[in-house]
Amino acid sequence: MTSADNLQAFKRDGRIVVVGASLAGLRAAETLRDEGFAGSLTMIGDELGEPYDRPPLSKQVLTGWVPAGGTKLPRRREIDAEWLLGVPAGGLDLATNHVRLADGREVPFDRVLISTGVRARPWFVESEAALDGVFVVRTREHAEGLQRALAAGPSRVLVIGAGFTGSEIASICRERDIPVTVAELAPAPLVGALGAMIGEVAADMQRAHGVDLRCGVKVTRLEGDAQGRLRRAHFDDGTTIDADVAVVALGGIRNTEWLRGSGLAAGVWGIACDTGCRALDLNGLITDDIFVAGDVARCPNPIYEYRLISLEHWANAVEQAEVAAHNMVSGQADRWPHLTIPVFWSIQFGVNIKSVGVPTFADEVVVTQGSVPDRRFVAAYGYRGRVTAAVSFNSAKWLDHYRQLIETAAPFPPPCPTPDQPADSKPAPVDFPGPALLAQGATVVVTGHDPSERRVTAAYQHR
Amino acid sequence: MTTTEKPDTLRRILDHSSRADPYPLYAELRRTPVALQEDGSYVVSTYRELTDLLHNPHLSSDTRNLSHPTAGAEEQATPAFINLDPPAHDRLRRMAMRHFGPPHTPGLVTGLEPVLTTTVSGLIDGFAGKEQIDVVDDFAYPFPVNVICHLLGVPREDEPRFHVWVNDLINSIDYDPRTDPKEKLEKGMQARKDLREYLGGLLAERHGRPGDDLLSRLANDDGPDGRMTDEEIISTANLLLIAGHETTVNLITNGMLTLLRHPQVLQRLRDEPDLVVPLVEELLRYEPPVHIIPWRAAYSDITVADTVIPKGSRIMLMLASGNRDPDRFHDPDRFDPDRRDNQHLGFGSGIHLCFGGPMARRETHIALTELVRRLDRPRLVTDPPPYRRSPVLRGPVHLLIEQGAG
Repeated sequence: MTSADNLQAFKRDGRIVVVGASLAGLRAAETLRDEGFAGSLTMIGDELGEPYDRPPLSKQVLTGWVPAGGTKLPRRREIDAEWLLGVPAGGLDLATNHVRLADGREVPFDRVLISTGVRARPWFVESEAALDGVFVVRTREHAEGLQRALAAGPSRVLVIGAGFTGSEIASICRERDIPVTVAELAPAPLVGALGAMIGEVAADMQRAHGVDLRCGVKVTRLEGDAQGRLRRAHFDDGTTIDADVAVVALGGIRNTEWLRGSGLAAGVWGIACDTGCRALDLNGLITDDIFVAGDVARCPNPIYEYRLISLEHWANAVEQAEVAAHNMVSGQADRWPHLTIPVFWSIQFGVNIKSVGVPTFADEVVVTQGSVPDRRFVAAYGYRGRVTAAVSFNSAKWLDHYRQLIETAAPFPPPCPTPDQPADSKPAPVDFPGPALLAQGATVVVTGHDPSERRVTAAYQHR
Repeated sequence: MTTTEKPDTLRRILDHSSRADPYPLYAELRRTPVALQEDGSYVVSTYRELTDLLHNPHLSSDTRNLSHPTAGAEEQATPAFINLDPPAHDRLRRMAMRHFGPPHTPGLVTGLEPVLTTTVSGLIDGFAGKEQIDVVDDFAYPFPVNVICHLLGVPREDEPRFHVWVNDLINSIDYDPRTDPKEKLEKGMQARKDLREYLGGLLAERHGRPGDDLLSRLANDDGPDGRMTDEEIISTANLLLIAGHETTVNLITNGMLTLLRHPQVLQRLRDEPDLVVPLVEELLRYEPPVHIIPWRAAYSDITVADTVIPKGSRIMLMLASGNRDPDRFHDPDRFDPDRRDNQHLGFGSGIHLCFGGPMARRETHIALTELVRRLDRPRLVTDPPPYRRSPVLRGPVHLLIEQGAG
């Protein structure tokens, strides 16, 4: 597909398969058609039903304000695709260019986009996860089940994990006047994403809204009654609480198992790719016809020292999908890099929290505008003297300015005063949990001696 | 790299003879995105630099931060939130928004629709039997004035009084000591005082008498931020009264003028009324009512487009020039209601994004749809029409049209 003629022929008669029919997959399909791809387009998805939007599932759907079925993604244009829904992909054969479905069918392609996303990490003891009243929140069905359980008026909800999803669910419980306990292994909520300083603010916010917040503790056991209903939870400090609903909000698992043996650089960390969303193979070589987008992609970001970063952000899924789709139908010289600064938002306890950049890529943080006690402020993050990220609480309209500071590698801390700047704000260490909390085992081993025979093979292991 | 703009471009823009078509001069101005003027102020004219500044926390809206205060920026104890920075701005805007929009008053704009439709119909009924219609006097002025009076709780019959004050006040906004008689400034200051006294009188009647209008609600309702002081209510009401009709008049008039200059678009709007939504967005880009934000201040040294604007400098933001920047908008001098990616600066941006934007949009949607539906083969009598003096709030002072067989 290098010459212009070949590209034209591909755009006219080629076969593109999109594996993963959620936000990234749908937006990629729309972009492919926008860019003039007229060939056959196949959408493969493990869920039945049309692609839907996930942010409302931990927000408006749980309040009961929007029904779970009411978050269908808007269609921006006709995509004229063949939909293979309700069956997950089971394998990818790069020698013959086929996607194998779990039911044995094979779908041939010229180019493929992988956007299989993540699934919720389940509770680690299967029998306890199966108790009536134990939930995760990732799909529409999950949100529907949890919303019903909340509507039934539980005596107490236990939220396990105080990341964004867990904190949003705790917020909804308080909004519905349901007693809630939040258990978090880290010293405060949101610490893994935003660091210790913001974690403190989040902790105060939760407690001020009546959340029974327990940090630095681990839930060791979920106990059910004879009918298989959740009744009690045990913590590693020896305490227990009675609860009839538990929400496991421990993050996600990337859907890459189906790619085992495919030869792609795919694993628990996601699927590595270049900034053009072209997948890398196990040896770190760029493939030509395999593209990746969304939560499952792990993409280098030049602004952050070309580190491979995977993000479970709505805007990231959309932007990568558009870049990937463009590159799938463009010649080498016309390809785009995905270089946007990440953006993320959450709403909890009546506060709009929004971030730009990568807050984990930082060693210091400083409040630059507003007032922390009023929960109306902006904090800038810096790494070795330059601005790398910012987070706002109820002040999102300022973030465009910080995006520009990140893009221009502006000095940290920002030197000039602004109106409404706390007089005493000094940069503080950002203090993220150490790598031990996130450590993963080796995933590949290198073999061979001569440059021509050095290769990597996968070393899959249990975590 | 600080460059001195050829000093006459801005002067020529401000000159009334350029009012009918300032756009070629804006194009000249854009050659120097950040242009230092002889008086030490900076003029910013390109889209990217304008949006950077509108989101820049070092840009102050409080004229007390200017090292050389502009003439007429008299010491006001309580400026309206448009002239304040956070946190005072945020608090006042939030308190006003409680009664004006979501989340606490989500139905305000849609709830006004019957009033909007009735007012528009009544005004168009009044065209019957007229040979010539002045779109400004007969329609675009009385319509938003009616609406904002209704909303604020200002008696409609007082309109002739505050009309004079508002005119004098607007006239003085772009006061230039080098060319304008001092009298113009003094009239503006007197008008400001009279209008505040008038609103203070109305407010005094509202205390302890809760009602549906905004003045009563501001005077009687407490929110999480407490209650505004009387001075704050007067400043807010003053702002809403002026901004609530001065700008919409121009938006509607500019809209009708643009449609009459683009008969195919006018016909399309007649055939597909839903076109009005993207059409008004394009109008806000192509012929916005607010052309210039004339008085922002550099709170610290601000670097924009490699130019350092020193602390205390006055900054003029040429919004309407940014809307025609070819580096941002494809074929920017073309009026294209089908334009996508139309992130215009018609309502500004950032924390001062037009408070009344949603209402102005709905008013203009209804006004233009109904005018186009009910006028019979409308034609411009003079093109260009005579323009008002102000280069800041730009629009025709009269727009004469004829309709029917003629």
